[in-house]
Amino acid sequence: MEKYVQVENVQMLFDTKKGPFVALRDIDLTIAQGEFVTLIGHSGCGKSTLLNLIAGLTLPSSGAMLCAGREIAGPGPERGVVFQNHSLLPWLTCFENVHLAVERVFGRAESQANLKKRTHEALALVGLTHAEHKRPHEISGGMKQRVGIARALSMQPKVLLMDEPFGALDALTRAHLQDELMKIAQATHSTVVMVTHDVDEAVLLSDRIVMLTNGPAATIGEILHVELERPRERLALANEPKYHEYRAAVLEFLYHRQLRPAA
Amino acid sequence: MNKIFKALLPPLIGLLLFVGVWALVAQSSPQLPGPAKTWASAVQLFSDPFYRKGPNDQGIGWNILASLQRVGIGFGMAAAIGIPLGFMIGRFQFLDAMTAPIISLLRPVSPLAWLPIGLLVFKAANPAAIWVIFISSIWPMIINTAVGVNRIPQDYMNVAKVLNLSEWKIFTKILFPAVLPYMITGIRLSIGVAWLVIVAAEMLTGGVGIGFWVWDEWNNLNVEHIIIAIFVVGIVGLLLEQALVMLAKRFSYE
Repeated sequence: MEKYVQVENVQMLFDTKKGPFVALRDIDLTIAQGEFVTLIGHSGCGKSTLLNLIAGLTLPSSGAMLCAGREIAGPGPERGVVFQNHSLLPWLTCFENVHLAVERVFGRAESQANLKKRTHEALALVGLTHAEHKRPHEISGGMKQRVGIARALSMQPKVLLMDEPFGALDALTRAHLQDELMKIAQATHSTVVMVTHDVDEAVLLSDRIVMLTNGPAATIGEILHVELERPRERLALANEPKYHEYRAAVLEFLYHRQLRPAA
Repeated sequence: MNKIFKALLPPLIGLLLFVGVWALVAQSSPQLPGPAKTWASAVQLFSDPFYRKGPNDQGIGWNILASLQRVGIGFGMAAAIGIPLGFMIGRFQFLDAMTAPIISLLRPVSPLAWLPIGLLVFKAANPAAIWVIFISSIWPMIINTAVGVNRIPQDYMNVAKVLNLSEWKIFTKILFPAVLPYMITGIRLSIGVAWLVIVAAEMLTGGVGIGFWVWDEWNNLNVEHIIIAIFVVGIVGLLLEQALVMLAKRFSYE
């Protein structure tokens, strides 16, 4: 398997009024092509920080970060990002929001008609053809998040980075989008790195679950390989003993070994 | 029908009360004309708003248009300079720090204090009045635009970074639409200031204009006309404000 994302000995410091704050230390992580990896940990442990580092939105204080063999020096179209709060531009329609990304990545090489086709396809992939010409405030939270996913996918990224993409959604919508994401990831052979605080979501979706210790100075505490057959079906998994073992292992890590003192 | 009645009743009562108090005050003070006398005078005045009998005796319509023209030119120039400047101040920290002391020093200066400078530089009354409008209405546009740029949610800038947008795309697709509501607030405040200041400026500079007209009628001791002028200034200001509120609604995307 080809190594797509490599994080080597990365440390992240933030300057605060009280001096430097160590958010992450000694992070070593390698992600292979087509792998689905989730980052899980208590809030404030720096899982979003790690995702932002891979996205190139922030640069590490020390250590090396590579994507497809090249150093990560900033954001790039080969890494598509889905934000926690969708981050659609409210003055653009769903179509225009996605088109903005398509135009940037393929605008130089392809015709206008082709760019439009790509945009339609990305929205069709997340099942939003009917809402193309609506603006973000006219659609539901789940639909907004799907436009965010379509925008990221439309760039045909090598890696899809998702920061708690379903965190703000109700349980039913979340389950529905998780199923869709699994289908899309499988169909497009995407490499996905996803931040979550939902144990069920992590076990359901991941090939590997990366568990972070509590901050400050958080690091990778344990990596769990989830060896469940794909395609996975959430109802069938409920009766699968292995599923419950994985679930228990993550819960054990989060609530036994990394229990937060009451915040 | 009932709804319209309910919506109109309170303001109508307010206006009637206002006219009633005015009539009462006018009765006890013989120099102040009452509502009826003022109304009669207004009807006569507005029956021929566009006459010209020499430079100092023109219809009320010409006076209003002359004032609006000065406000339009002064405000237009202030917008043409103030809005781009606000964008740059908001975008570049260095420029913000550089201009901050000048803006905080000049902004609180009373508008009419600028008039002598205008007279000195332009050596004519009309450009001096426009200059006063310009300098007093530029600040809200600079400041609100800059604040708008500063308040753009980090999320939108992250989108720009992740999509790797060009500076031009960032400006047209993110910066400009995000700042537009702030900009329109700045424009509203500026128009308000400009219209406030024009009356005072014209009183001092003379010529044709609603402010000069007030002063002229004071010299003629035509108090009805002064009261009419107050209403005219108020109504024109209200219309300008309403036009901009409609513009703001047109561009709000929520």
